[in-house]
Amino acid sequence: MRNCLLFLAVLFSVAAHSNVVHEERSLYRNIIVDETGNLRCLKFNTKSSQTSQSCMYKNDPDKLVFNYTKLTFASLLVTDDPKNVLVIGLGGGTLSNVIHELYPAAKIHNVEIDPAVLKVARDYFNFIETDNVTSSVQDGRIFIKRAAIKKQKYDWIILDAFNGDYIPEHLLTKEFFEEVQSVLADGGVIAANTFSSSKLYEHESATYHAVFGDFINVSRANRSNRIILAGIKTIPTQAQLNERISALAPRLKKYDVDIKAISTYMQSTKNNRDWPADTKVLTDQYSPANLLNF
Amino acid sequence: MGIELLGGRILAPFFGSSVHIWGSIITVFMLSLSFGYLLGGKLSTKNASLTKYGLIFLTASIMVVPIALFSQPIMEFIFTHIEDSRYGSLLASTALFFIPTVILGMISPYSVRLLVTDSHKSGQVAGILYFVSTLGSALGTIITSFYFVLAFDVNTIISAFALTLGLLGVLAITVNSLAGNKELAHA
Repeated sequence: MRNCLLFLAVLFSVAAHSNVVHEERSLYRNIIVDETGNLRCLKFNTKSSQTSQSCMYKNDPDKLVFNYTKLTFASLLVTDDPKNVLVIGLGGGTLSNVIHELYPAAKIHNVEIDPAVLKVARDYFNFIETDNVTSSVQDGRIFIKRAAIKKQKYDWIILDAFNGDYIPEHLLTKEFFEEVQSVLADGGVIAANTFSSSKLYEHESATYHAVFGDFINVSRANRSNRIILAGIKTIPTQAQLNERISALAPRLKKYDVDIKAISTYMQSTKNNRDWPADTKVLTDQYSPANLLNF
Repeated sequence: MGIELLGGRILAPFFGSSVHIWGSIITVFMLSLSFGYLLGGKLSTKNASLTKYGLIFLTASIMVVPIALFSQPIMEFIFTHIEDSRYGSLLASTALFFIPTVILGMISPYSVRLLVTDSHKSGQVAGILYFVSTLGSALGTIITSFYFVLAFDVNTIISAFALTLGLLGVLAITVNSLAGNKELAHA
């Protein structure tokens, strides 16, 4: 038993040894690509493994690493096959790659503020770009504002611009969500990956609710990391859900996404509001998101 | 400084929160302060009085108000006409902050004029003024960014700044009319 533990400890320390493959200082942050055994990760800032933005198994690039990335696919249970996808916040481009593989005919546009992140996604994470998969270096809010003026519509909008340490406050306000809503196609869905905790969790929920009405939280017991599915006009019936689950399950298996299990983490806020009714909604006028997120 | 800090907040929905936003805001503030210093100095050579000093405050107060009232349509207009968010944010911060900051910049040199009674002490007076105004800027910065944004809407804070400036202006004019020019030294 003791030997076994010792062996595990040695194995772990070998496995935990990570190599920095690439390092650069961008306009916004330090970017590090490091490898621990088979796992290659994009990290912001240094040392702490908490800040991993995107990871990939080198020997199995299809397999998704992060739970939240997997949870994002709950979106597919509440909408039809997406044709126009907008991803705000690229990271390693993992989401874009998987969606492109699943729906090769779908148009996917990625918006990333940091040109260095886009470069790293191309060079180290096999970020696929085709005629259908495009990307632009821009602030997400500006992109959406311009898209609204051009009357563009997307049926799956993924908001993934929060990195855990810092929240771009202008991407968490009522006005921003209204702009997002204006580029959402009928029957489409918005999936937001959020890390909010404590007070901010409540403000965030209240703000989503103020714009979209009831929404769906997708999260495990630990409520600090959740996917919010918003903008859904009609919540599918259990029969529709089951149908979609059985259609998607085999297709999502290779990405290590257990859509059946994920469907059990989904909870509508309809009969389950977990924030006080008088919670202040975040607006462009009042958005101290980072100060609220302790 | 409080207004400068809120500038980032005001511009973000239209021009993002990238580093060029701060570049635009700081450039415009520095530029307009420099013009303000020049103008304020010039103005102080022509019959300087506490009443005029108060009028500068009142004008500044009035010029700050449009930031709260018209920032949305102004930024919307610029946003739809200028594609590049660097020049968009530069123009927007010019439109919103240039005039009020020029007028706020006039206050410092005018204060020197009113406070200096003895050319021997002019350096000391200027030193005290720099001390007060820079310390005030530091306090304005920290109080606004740490506490005000957590408690109030941006427009409420801007209006409070405008109100404070207006009250100071009225105070200066009242003191002047009550006590006459004798009180200059206590401005």
